[in-house]
Amino acid sequence: MLTREDFAGRERPTWCRGCGNFGILNAIKMALAEQEIAPHQVVMFTGIGCGSKLPHYMKVTGFHTIHGRSLAVATGARLANHGLKIIAVHGDGDGYGMGLGHMLHAIRRNIGIVDIVQNNRVYGLTRGQYSPTSDPGMITPTSPEGAIDRPAPPLALAITAGATFVARGYPGELRHLAWLIGEALQHPGYALVDVLQPCVTYNRASAYDFYNPRVYKLEEIGHDVTDKTAAWELTYEWGERIPIGIFYRVEGVPTYEEQVPALKAGPLVKQPLGKLRPEQIETLRAEVI
Amino acid sequence: MTINNMTIRIGGAAGDGVESSGAGFCKALARGGLHVFGLPDYYSRIRGGHNFFSIRVSEQPLYSHTERVHLLLALTEETVPRHRDKIVEGGAIVYDSRLKVPPEQLAAKGIQFLPIPLSDMAEEKAGIVLARNTVALGVAAGLTGFDLDSMQSVIRQNFARKGRAVVDGNLAAAEAGYLEGQKYAADFPFKLKRIPDAPPRMVVNGTEAFSLGALAGGCRFVAGYPMTPGSPVLHWMAAHAAHYGVVLKHTEDEIAAVNMAIGAAHMGARALVPTSGGGFSLMVEALGLAGITETPVVIYNAQRPGPSTGLPTRHEQGDMLFMLYASQGEFPRFLLAPGSHEECFVTGWRAFNLAEKYQTPALVLSDHYLAVAIRTLELEVFDFEVVEIDRGELLSEAELDALEGEYLRYRITESGVSPRALPGHPKAVYMAASNEHDERGAITEEPEMRTAQVEKRQRKLVGMAREMSSPSPYGPLEVEVTFVSWGSTYGPLREAVDRLNAEQAGRANLLHFVGLWPFPTEAVTAALESARRLVTVEVNATAQLATLIRANTGRSVDAKILKYDGRPFTPEYILACVPEEV
Repeated sequence: MLTREDFAGRERPTWCRGCGNFGILNAIKMALAEQEIAPHQVVMFTGIGCGSKLPHYMKVTGFHTIHGRSLAVATGARLANHGLKIIAVHGDGDGYGMGLGHMLHAIRRNIGIVDIVQNNRVYGLTRGQYSPTSDPGMITPTSPEGAIDRPAPPLALAITAGATFVARGYPGELRHLAWLIGEALQHPGYALVDVLQPCVTYNRASAYDFYNPRVYKLEEIGHDVTDKTAAWELTYEWGERIPIGIFYRVEGVPTYEEQVPALKAGPLVKQPLGKLRPEQIETLRAEVI
Repeated sequence: MTINNMTIRIGGAAGDGVESSGAGFCKALARGGLHVFGLPDYYSRIRGGHNFFSIRVSEQPLYSHTERVHLLLALTEETVPRHRDKIVEGGAIVYDSRLKVPPEQLAAKGIQFLPIPLSDMAEEKAGIVLARNTVALGVAAGLTGFDLDSMQSVIRQNFARKGRAVVDGNLAAAEAGYLEGQKYAADFPFKLKRIPDAPPRMVVNGTEAFSLGALAGGCRFVAGYPMTPGSPVLHWMAAHAAHYGVVLKHTEDEIAAVNMAIGAAHMGARALVPTSGGGFSLMVEALGLAGITETPVVIYNAQRPGPSTGLPTRHEQGDMLFMLYASQGEFPRFLLAPGSHEECFVTGWRAFNLAEKYQTPALVLSDHYLAVAIRTLELEVFDFEVVEIDRGELLSEAELDALEGEYLRYRITESGVSPRALPGHPKAVYMAASNEHDERGAITEEPEMRTAQVEKRQRKLVGMAREMSSPSPYGPLEVEVTFVSWGSTYGPLREAVDRLNAEQAGRANLLHFVGLWPFPTEAVTAALESARRLVTVEVNATAQLATLIRANTGRSVDAKILKYDGRPFTPEYILACVPEEV
């Protein structure tokens, strides 16, 4: 039986007091403990940003990569050892800005990665510039006259690209977020968990006071998670009411890794690595004679 | 009469199959016991334009193509004027009689012009005009007196997967061409004679040589995005992936390719990223990630002329210094530039050992000429017996089980190499980070730990330098001029050196560099001490090898023979530069 304490880290988070990342960190620990996934049975890949430091603040195997590329590194890792759980954790600048292309391709492949995006709708670590999910008109150091770009719709994009698990959580609903991450961990293919992460320093307008009265759970309205059209429409509900929960989930779509011929014999790194056998050398030579 | 010493060139448009049929004919010649050097020349387009394939034949091993052509096979009008001036006296131009070659182009002193109904014969025998390449090569066999059986054995093999009808059609087309060629054989003085009892030989290009070496060396993960001339490695690996247990990923871009390889390598797979310069440019940031996280990854760059798109299907050696310094900050890396097919094979497996032993990126620098040129090689040249898989200080599960105390992924060690544990073991719960980190992998900005980690990584260079080979000498010891070269320039330069010394003994030798970084400073300094006059020969505009030598040894070259027209050197070109430069 694992508990949250089994994932306790040694470093103190560098996050601001009240940062939504504390809740996300807790929810991840809770989900891993509930799913009985030990710190060495999961590898967490992060990008660059405040939130990407997350695995340093818990006990877990992790790889803190470069901005925007964590899904690519995670994909390679998954293909090399699909016996381990692979989680990507990164912010909206990382995931929906620089890494948006990689996200759509990871979705296309249905590769077994749980993709947690800390969506605070602003750049934190680089000090408050607007992000791909910021509201139009937002005044920031790189948009002093107000942001012109329209926000990216990550959940709608994911559903459109063929994602097999699309969810949104909120750290103010901690147990619910931990449940979502747990469901994502059970999902065999790519699973997106977008998290409405309050940034209390650079995006106060979209922090707890904004989300608390607005969020509601999709389970409460009886949403059918297999209804793609309804799911897609719900992703655009943003205003007085903001849905959280599982928008879309489809079973039975094969994962990428289960279709790769070389992986039929088990995880790549668990297969013996030796010199070519004499008959293999014969065959290879025969090809070029 | 000249026997077994000639160049056949077949020219046509893209889509005419000059490369595939030319490569097939190389194999036929090899089966006949002859040595070949085959070279495709093609434009960056799918149809049309002008492509040609040159096949140089000899009884001795060949290291280079040359400029003179003895037999030209023209499938298009354009082929005739483009290559007519290269034909030697006594040579011939065979052209499809359907072509409308302007009459004034069909005359040149000492050359025979042979109109042969290649297309008509192809249609009649194979039912498809495309088979005229086979007819033309059949004519070449007939004219030169080469044996038809060798050619037909290759046709059977190469067309087997297209079905019986295609095989039979091409066999008939080859025979018809052969019989037609025989009609003119009496007046054609260049002959190809089968060498009886010659040992079977391999016919490979540098791409295949490197790929075979990599596979033998335990490469089990390949990620790449198509880019000429790097993608042939991707194709070779894709064709062999299922059978040899390799995971091959054609990625969305080169950034994804290198990052996936880093992810796979981090988990413990031997990972390769084949590309060309433009793709490598996209990988530069991730190269630093591999550097600071000490992830062993092998990146193969088959160079082509830049900057930017440059000349996509042409040749240059312009990326050496870029690869040496690519990515921000400082970290150790290997830079290896094989210059021959033999060296491609060895580099293919050795790069993975070096990357894993020193837990750092190993960069392999090939080039277009090396990647596409076909040579005959003795079977034992690719020595699978000596291939080793040395994973360096990689902790086994048993060692991890027995480990007392905390595992430190980035432990400060004297060698700079920290014992490596793969994720998945209860003792191997650690962070790898692109941020500077302490011994556990936790982020740090403390000056002492920063200094200690920089010095740890840099200390690896001591061991790495010991792994580097001295530049290989070729030719006599006491000479007037010493050439230096790297990459595929070795081939043409080697032949140029032979020719200079044949004219007059003791004129030249050459020092060929394969290990470029860490630079073998002591060995090079020693080797250059006896050099009277030093001349660099490189396919770039800035003499990058000369820069590297001077930066590390203080020795300047006395002259430079440089070329940057997108084409490789020939021995003749180098020799023509010699009077003024040497």
